Amino acid sequence: MKLRLENLQKSFGTNHVLRGLSLDVAEGECICLIGSSGSGKSTVLRTINLLEPLDDGAIYLDGVDIAEPGLDPQPIRQRIGIVFQSFNLFPHMTAAGNVRLAPRRLGRASGAALNEQVGALFETFGLSQHMDHYPDQLSGGQQQRVAVIRALAMRPEIMLFDEVTSALDPELVGEVLDVMHRLRSERMTMIVATHEMAFAAEAADRVAMLDQGRIVEIGKAREVLTNPREQRTRDFLRLDRTA
Amino acid sequence: MTRRQKYEADLRRRAGIKAGLSTAAVLLAIAILVPMAPGWPAVKKSFFNAEIFLKTFPGLLEAFVLDVAIFLWSVPLIAALGLGLALMRDAQSPGLMPLRLAAIGFIDVFRGVPVILVIFLIGFGIPGLGLPRPYNSPYIWGTVALVLTYSAYVAEIFRSGIESVHTSQRSAATSLGLSHGDVMRYVVLPQAIRRVVPANMNMLIALQKDVALLSFIGPVEILRQAGVYKSLMANFTPYVGAALIFLAVTIPATRFADYLLNRQRRARS
Repeated sequence: MKLRLENLQKSFGTNHVLRGLSLDVAEGECICLIGSSGSGKSTVLRTINLLEPLDDGAIYLDGVDIAEPGLDPQPIRQRIGIVFQSFNLFPHMTAAGNVRLAPRRLGRASGAALNEQVGALFETFGLSQHMDHYPDQLSGGQQQRVAVIRALAMRPEIMLFDEVTSALDPELVGEVLDVMHRLRSERMTMIVATHEMAFAAEAADRVAMLDQGRIVEIGKAREVLTNPREQRTRDFLRLDRTA
Repeated sequence: MTRRQKYEADLRRRAGIKAGLSTAAVLLAIAILVPMAPGWPAVKKSFFNAEIFLKTFPGLLEAFVLDVAIFLWSVPLIAALGLGLALMRDAQSPGLMPLRLAAIGFIDVFRGVPVILVIFLIGFGIPGLGLPRPYNSPYIWGTVALVLTYSAYVAEIFRSGIESVHTSQRSAATSLGLSHGDVMRYVVLPQAIRRVVPANMNMLIALQKDVALLSFIGPVEILRQAGVYKSLMANFTPYVGAALIFLAVTIPATRFADYLLNRQRRARS
């Protein structure tokens, strides 16, 4: 197992967000998390990246528990990329500057070698002509693609996507999903919290339905999305509505 | 011209006439009424004496160079110390607790005491320790007093700037594996400092004026020079000249700060 989540518990004050969530993710697998807002999708992703400390439970990355309190989170975060709903590009840096910052500061590459790597990434995702633009000169879709490139520049072993298309105009959703399909085809291990059921059906190996901080149903994408066993999933997907 | 444009041009023309007339009426009233006051001839002679103005103005301008010099070498010190205090005050690690406490104490003290008191205490107190020349100069210690006081204010401005950077920016930087220090230095501070430039501009304008307070402890800058002329000539006109010189600097500076503030507001909306 690449990543194993075991009995995750997390509360914000009196709000019990994760209530014993467990999940195994194999190397190269793409898992989509679905569920209504507040079901805990974002929190799961943020705990995996150690942005939110867990109250209890364990997260095994290659068999090592990274949720161990007191562990230095920095080297672990470098192995796990995350992309946010609101892009969160650094507004005072160009697109390329956003991407170069972490590899440069963390000693991954520098100078010409770094510029070449970053140039190649922009090339791959069709953004070469926007490298020197500032975030406010880019469309939402372009910004989100830059955010993906920024995470990829650290060569992460796992990529987490937190509703990355939810803040986009409908006509810009496609270009971001294309990027994710591309990563999928390169066998990147991915966990994707999403409302894009079409993407989940097409790209996910497995789909997990979250409700009140637990996984209520998990299985092959097509089965969960078209013929779920659980009533909660049927309600969420509105499958019982008769046409 | 469309109907709408014609209507709006007409409105503007009428508003312009109205504003011009009312302003002219007020100015005329002042010009007529003030000279009718019983003490006006005396005030005119002792505050608006053209001959004395022309005679003392070059000397005042020369003395103002010292104000500008004190101002110029205070600014970088205030910026550095203010930023340092802001960072110290937000220091998280327990080992840095003494720094944090020191910053809190410093800011409380220097924001809580009137500037002129700080200038007296430091400007007279430290040279009183019997330091050798030139380290006993009230010029140096008066400036230090200004730097300390203004750093405390500027530190609070920087801190509000740091807090105004949205947590999602920190999350994004942290998620890449950057250290706390790098997140601060490369992501939070550049945005924070830009945001508080207009607020700091206003502090600089206040500082430019407060340099004149050093006249109370010795340096012959413009206010003291004006006082000297006043005593020599038994006339207050040099103070008016000094005020005009200050205005010549502070009004453009204020407009520039407003311009920066407006530009920032537009950029964010």
